[in-house]
Amino acid sequence: MIADIQIPDALLVQDYVAGNEDALATLIKRHESKIYGFIYSKVSDRDVANDIFQDTFIKVIKTLKSNSYNEEGKFLPWVMRISHNLVIDFFRKNKKMPMYRETEEFSVFSIMTDDSLTIENQLIADQVELDIQKLIQELPEDQKEVLIMRMYKDMSFKEISEITGVSINTSLGRMRYALMNLRKVIDKHQIILTN
Amino acid sequence: MAKIYSKKNQLISNMKPKKEVISFLLNYSKSLHMIKVADNSFEIIAN
Repeated sequence: MIADIQIPDALLVQDYVAGNEDALATLIKRHESKIYGFIYSKVSDRDVANDIFQDTFIKVIKTLKSNSYNEEGKFLPWVMRISHNLVIDFFRKNKKMPMYRETEEFSVFSIMTDDSLTIENQLIADQVELDIQKLIQELPEDQKEVLIMRMYKDMSFKEISEITGVSINTSLGRMRYALMNLRKVIDKHQIILTN
Repeated sequence: MAKIYSKKNQLISNMKPKKEVISFLLNYSKSLHMIKVADNSFEIIAN
C-alpha cells in the first residue's frame, strides 16, 4: 500500500495503458472516496452516486484503452471533470422526471396532497348544490327548461332548440336570462354559494 | 417548535462506492479491448 502511494498517478496511468490491470485498481482505490464523495455531495443519494461513479470510470477506462488520454499528471482533476459532467447530465434528465425520496429533512407528503374535499367541504358543496337546485325551480318555465337541458343534461343549444321548437338564438337568450335571474336572486338574498 | 432551516452536515469525507461497483469496473476493464482502425475505434467485450 505504501509503495502504491509513492507511485504517481501518471505512471499508474501509463502502466494501465500498457496493459497492467492492477494499476487501475490502485488508481480507483486511491481516489474512490474523493470522487464518490464529490458525486454524493451533489446528488445526495447513494444509489445514484454509485451509478454515476460507475459511469465515470467506464468513460475513464474507454478513454485510456483507446489511447485518447493525454493529460499526464492531472488524472484526478480529469476524472472529477467527467463525474461533474455526468452529474449535470443526471440533473438534466431528472428535471424531466424528478425522483423524490423520503429523508429526515424532507417528507414526501409535503409535496403529495389529497385534492379530494374534506367531509366538511363535501357537506358545504352538497348544500350549495341543493340551494342552486331550489333557486332553479323558481325560474320561469322556459328559462328553467333550457338551463336544465344545458347544465344537467349537457345538451348543445342546437339539440335544445330542436326539442323545445325554438331557434338557437332564443335558446341562448333564455339561458342568458336564466343566469341573470339566478344572479339577481342570489344578490338580493345575499346567498353565499362558495365552498 | 422552531424549524431548523440549515442543512445537517453530511459525512462525505469517508464515503466509498459499493464493492460491487468496483469489482464490476475492474472486470469490465479486463474484458474490454479497444481496437483502432483508421479513425474508428471498436470495442470488444470478452465474456
